Amino acid sequence: MTGHDLAFLVVALVTGGGALLTVTSKNLVHAALFLAVTLSGIAGVFLVLAADFVALVQLVVYVGAVAVLFLFGLMLTRAPIGREALDNQNRGLGIAVSGGLFVVLSVLVIGAFGGTTAAEVGGPRVGDIGMVIFNTWVLPFEVLSMLLLAALIGAILLARRETGDSGEEQAPTRIDMGTAPSMEAERMARLEGGDDQAELTAGGDPGPAAGRGEGRA
Amino acid sequence: MSLVGPLLLATFLFCVGIYGVIARRNAVLVLMSVELMLNAVNINLVAFQNLLFPAEAAVSGHLFALFIIAVAAAEVGVGLAIVLNLFRTRATVNVDDVDLMRW
Repeated sequence: MTGHDLAFLVVALVTGGGALLTVTSKNLVHAALFLAVTLSGIAGVFLVLAADFVALVQLVVYVGAVAVLFLFGLMLTRAPIGREALDNQNRGLGIAVSGGLFVVLSVLVIGAFGGTTAAEVGGPRVGDIGMVIFNTWVLPFEVLSMLLLAALIGAILLARRETGDSGEEQAPTRIDMGTAPSMEAERMARLEGGDDQAELTAGGDPGPAAGRGEGRA
Repeated sequence: MSLVGPLLLATFLFCVGIYGVIARRNAVLVLMSVELMLNAVNINLVAFQNLLFPAEAAVSGHLFALFIIAVAAAEVGVGLAIVLNLFRTRATVNVDDVDLMRW
């Protein structure tokens, strides 16, 4: 076991722990911060693998931008806090699928690359990467810039509140759900009391507007 | 340095991401789990490039990792915009409640 392996082990433990806490945390904001820890740990993994440019891009794009974007998303959607509200009934299925896949992939990886070791860890220099981007990969690079432009315009168009040229704020389009449970509280009430459900549907339209109005205040 | 370590870490992150996508019900948390899976693939690409083919002229592993990072950033932007729109129209970001297309 070389020094590289030891350094990688430390960084990998931080990264894996952060990832586990990201998907199991009860607090949404804590989950976003653990995601930032995980992404920073992945940047550390890139550093150990001698990919310094990718590590810096990871730090700037992911930890700097995407994590903050997730925090914005969480705060703008005012999500509830608590494990019961965050996890659905598929936890067992999720553990089974991901655990089974992990076992299968681990066996495959160890079987294929179990004895492979690199004598020295080395990668391209930043100058080489720059030369290669603008020689070999210039067409994908330009296509990527168009994709980023389209994503920018699309995100603004999707997320902005106003419609039309006047710039006045309009009420968002409501989707009439009929008797389908559109609110969390409504759904929970139906799940808990069978009698309430009959009452809810028999007593006319439960009123999607009323349900929506008080649900997430 | 052995190649198995980064590959196993990537496998672990990918499976944790799958668990998050299946078990979480908040749409923003599902997007976070998708990010974990994309990052796992990046670790694989960089590890293969630097440990197996360090002298490859086209630097394919690094470039693919960089492209994936850029595409993932765009995906997060559009995905969060869609989630915001969902919250505005349905007042929920619970993926279990958005079953309008269920048969």
